[in-house]
Parts: sequence; structure tokens; C-alpha cells
Amino acid sequence: MTFLLRRALFYLVTLWAAITANFLLPRFLPGDPVQAMITKLGGRLNSDAMASLYILFGLDDDKSIWEQYVDYWGSLLQGDLGLSFTFFPTPVADVLSQSMPWTLGLVGVTTVIAFLLGTLLGVYAGWKRGSWMDNLIPITTFLSSIPYFWLGLIAISLFSVTWPLLPASGGYAPGLVPEFSGEFIGSMLEHAVLPGITIIVSSVAGWILGMRNMMVTVTAEDYVLVARAKGLTQKRIMFAYAARNAVLPSISGFALSLGFIVGGALLVEMVFSYPGLGYVLFQGIGAKDYPLMQGVFLVITLAVLVANLLADIGYLLLDPRTRREG
Amino acid sequence: MSPVLEIRDLSVDYGNLRAVHNVSLTLNAGEVLGLAGESGSGKSTLAYAATRLLQVPGKVPSGEVLFKGQDLLSLTDKQLQVLRWNEIAIVFQGAMNALNPVISVGAQIDDVLRTHRPRMKRPERTARGRELLSLVGIPVDRLGSYPHQLSGGMRQRVMIAMALALEPEIVIMDEPTTALDVVVQRQILGQMMRLRETLGFSVVFITHDISLLVEFSDRIAIMYGGRVVEEAPADEIYRAAKHPYSQGLLGSFPALRGPRRELKGIPGSPPDLRSMPSGCPFHPRCPSAMDVCAERMPSLESVEERRRVACWLEGVHV
Repeated sequence: MTFLLRRALFYLVTLWAAITANFLLPRFLPGDPVQAMITKLGGRLNSDAMASLYILFGLDDDKSIWEQYVDYWGSLLQGDLGLSFTFFPTPVADVLSQSMPWTLGLVGVTTVIAFLLGTLLGVYAGWKRGSWMDNLIPITTFLSSIPYFWLGLIAISLFSVTWPLLPASGGYAPGLVPEFSGEFIGSMLEHAVLPGITIIVSSVAGWILGMRNMMVTVTAEDYVLVARAKGLTQKRIMFAYAARNAVLPSISGFALSLGFIVGGALLVEMVFSYPGLGYVLFQGIGAKDYPLMQGVFLVITLAVLVANLLADIGYLLLDPRTRREG
Repeated sequence: MSPVLEIRDLSVDYGNLRAVHNVSLTLNAGEVLGLAGESGSGKSTLAYAATRLLQVPGKVPSGEVLFKGQDLLSLTDKQLQVLRWNEIAIVFQGAMNALNPVISVGAQIDDVLRTHRPRMKRPERTARGRELLSLVGIPVDRLGSYPHQLSGGMRQRVMIAMALALEPEIVIMDEPTTALDVVVQRQILGQMMRLRETLGFSVVFITHDISLLVEFSDRIAIMYGGRVVEEAPADEIYRAAKHPYSQGLLGSFPALRGPRRELKGIPGSPPDLRSMPSGCPFHPRCPSAMDVCAERMPSLESVEERRRVACWLEGVHV
């Protein structure tokens, strides 16, 4: 328990550092958001409007950086992340909460599927080392070595253009309103197939390879020999003794990849114009939309920290050696 | 005495290297058979081949292993799986990695019961686990402990408890106490032998430490370069080993009882499988090697009742 408390404290400090960096970085950048806004609106602003924009963005000159920092924390704790320029005047928090479910749904689900599928294939490939399964590895490794955007574009050109089976872009058919209906959910699933499969294809190889190699290592351990000598069934030896121990390194890798779902979705969502966080970040970067970028970075930071915490907890549950004696 | 395990003409190959050459050994009911030799002499390979636990690329090109009349080497996987641990249990080096580090010792004992005694209920299995731990002198509340929470000696005792879970006919002990200190070694082996008397199983005791064998086994087979070079009752080996290698092996450990003698050791090092010397593999290190030793391997012949030696020094070879 003290172990968890110490970890939690560590994460709090990390979180504070990340948020502070998030606060400072844009302020070190040349220019300011109001200038960007003025450029965007083509100079059709009078000086009163400019002054109110400065106040709106919390950039009025008479505030010291310390006061700004305190204000920043104050609004952050109220869930106020400022206003987005790109989607002006929508608050950043609203933009994030609208795009987040799409990313979690697409990239989250496919990351979990890729992990489960890859790990299971890796277990079999490692257990039956030297069988036909070994031929699978060069193929999947080849697929994962193709740059993602290229794989995505090939998939679009094959399955949406050459054979128009699946939609090429978007999260749902244009004209539909997001609601809980059969038609909308069907359209949503249809739009998720192509980006989903390309994510799985490009990420499954890593899990297969990692798991297979750990299986080969663990299978040579004495306790697997003991399990065989004990006359346990092959299935039980494979899962309870070999895979159970071999999966430990993959678990931390999986937790970390959960943390990068949000950030890693950038390429996928760009290629497929998917309405998730990555696409929003892409648009935000194009428009120098600092509040939006800060918001996305904050979400990424939080996700990575939570994923790390999950990895710690998962390890505690799965590997008794990491538990401290109380 | 009736034989419970008969190894007949067993050979083991690793790829195209022969690790064990035509070994025949018999384990009688209620007996402790010691198997001695330096590392690489083939003693563990022999035991693993006989129980079909050889790892790839180990193969058994010829030989039979008879357990109660049936050849273990020709059983189907299913038949073998039923027989394993029920009849032949193995005590591995528990101080090493023989216990799964992420499963509690109780669950590892329970595993055996769950697989082989499917009709036993959970409370019965737990009770049996406690009984086994107390049999080897471990507090019963240690059932939920993980291997890393136990000392080396306790882990070895857990291995023994696990081996006895199904009351097997034969227990093979492969270097069971090698990683432990001398005091704990003797405690554990003494306890094992007392359990053997009450439960009545037979033991194959594999170790490089011949002084332990002399103390704890009835009969000793000494292996060198994949062959049995001498086999005799323990006290006779201790009193008057016939093969120069056995003599060398005895001379390299301090005697536990009897008069003090000088430790000698054996010059040279064990042969490499890839370049076995011609003739008797021991001749390059043998103090009494003759011309014939480099040319032909002497066969294992009975020189006295219950005593076999493979050496040209014994006059029975033609």
C-alpha cells in the first residue's frame, strides 16, 4: 500500500511538472495568440476588440507571469481550457470532449484488439517454435514496417477507390446526426473498419514478436520443465506457466501504448479525416491554435500518467515479486 | 528385491553427438540408487531421457525404460501424462528456478492435485497441501507464500512436498541440495530418507557429490563420458572402488566418517562430447592407463556379485 501511495505522489509531481511546462511553453514562443487571431481575421478588428481579446486570453499586460500561472491553475481546475481559435468561439474543453470518444472508440478498441490478438499469436508461435507459425512473423513484421500513412493510403485506394467497399474518410456518413440509432451506429462501424484494420495490421507484429521471444525464453525455464514433469496438460503449462510469466514485459508495453492512444492517433485520423483528437490536434497545429494544442497535450499527459499507473497496478497484481513486504 | 524401474541399453543423442551410451541400470523397490559423475557425464541427461523430459534437440535413438513392465518410451502422451508424478516424481533444484516465481507454492502443489485427482474438492486439496507442508517441516501458513519469500532450504522442502503429493513409486532427485549449505543439505536429505522409510518409495539420487551418495544411498552407479563405469553397493564403492575414476572421485571429497585422508582430485578436465578420446574416455586422465585403453572401450562386466566395472584393469575382459 505504501508502494502505491509513493507511486501516486510521484505521478502528482510529474503531473504538476507537465502542466507547468504546458503553461510556460506557449509563452516562450514568439508572437501571441491575439496576433495570430488578428492575422486570421485579416485585420478587421478595432483596438477595443483587440484589447478585449487580450483580456479574454488572459494576456493583459499588467499581470505578472506568476499571476498568470495562478489564474491558469484556477481556470484549469474549473475545467476551463480557454477558447479555441480554430473552432472560435467554442471552448477547448468542448472541442476535446466531442473528439475524445471517437479516438477512444477507434484507437482504443483497436489497440486492445491488436494487443490481445498479437499476444495470443505470440504465445502459440513461441510455444510451437519452429512450426509454420514462424513464417507468420516476417509477414507481420513487413506489414508493420510500412509507414502508417502509406498503409492507410493504399488501403483507401484499394478498398474505397478501386473496389468501393468502404468509406474513405470521416467518422459517419455526412448528413447523419450523431444519435443513438441503428442507422448511425451502422454507419459509424462501417467508417471504423478501414482505419481500424490498418491500425491492427501495423501494430500487431510488435506484440507477436515480443510475446514469441519471451515465450521462447520462459519455455526454457526450469519451472516449465517441472510443470511438464508434473504431468499437467499442455494447455495448462502453456498458459499458466509459460504465457503467464512471459506476458509480464508485454503488460507494461501495453499500458504505455494505451497512454499513447491519444497522441498516436494523429496519423490515422489525418489519413482518414477521422473526427478524433488527433485530427483536432492536426487542425490546431495548422492554425497555431495554442489553447487547443495545450488542451490536447494536457489530455495526452494525463493519459500517459494514468496508463503508467495502470501498468504499475497491473504489475502488482501479476508479479508478486514487485509487492513490498508490509 | 524386485525392480521398479529398468533402464535397458539407453542411448541419448544431442544432434549427432552421443551424450549417453547404452546405459543399463535397475532401480529396485525401496532402494536408493545413487548416480554420480562430474558435470557433463550424462547423469541428468540419462534421468531426463528415462522420464521423457529431454529438451530439444535431445533424442533417444535406442533403449527401453521399463516401469512395471511397460516401456515409458513407447507410451502415448496421454498415458505418459497420467503416469507422471503419480508414479514418478522429480525433485529438482528448488533453490534455483524450479518453482514458478509468480504463483504461490500452495497453488503449485494444488496444480498437481487438480490435474491428477479431479474428484478432490478444494477444501480437501487445501488440507492435503497443508499436510504435505507439515510433512517436510514447513509451517502450514506458508501455503500462500511465493517462492521468493522462502529461503533456499524451504524452497527445496517445498519441492519435496510437491514430489510426494501423489505418493509416487519413484522419486528422482536431481542435484536436490547442490545450492544449499552443508548443514541444510544433511537436514533435508536425512528428512527425505525418513520419509522414504515411512512412505516406501524408491529413489534415484543424482549428484556430483559422491560423499553424500556414500552416506545416503544403497547402491551407486558412477558415470563418465556418458557411460556407467562402475556400479556397486555404496559401502563397497567407499571401501574399495575399483575403477580409477571412482577412486579419483572419492579422493576429491573429504570423507565424512573414517580416518582422515588426503584430498587429491582428478587431473585434467571432463571430456568434451565433440571430441571424445578413443577407447576408454577416461584414459587421458587415468593414472594407470595402458596401451589397450586408448584403443578399445572396456565393456561393463560383473566382477563380483552385485558389482560391475568397465575397466581393462579388471581381468574379466577378453
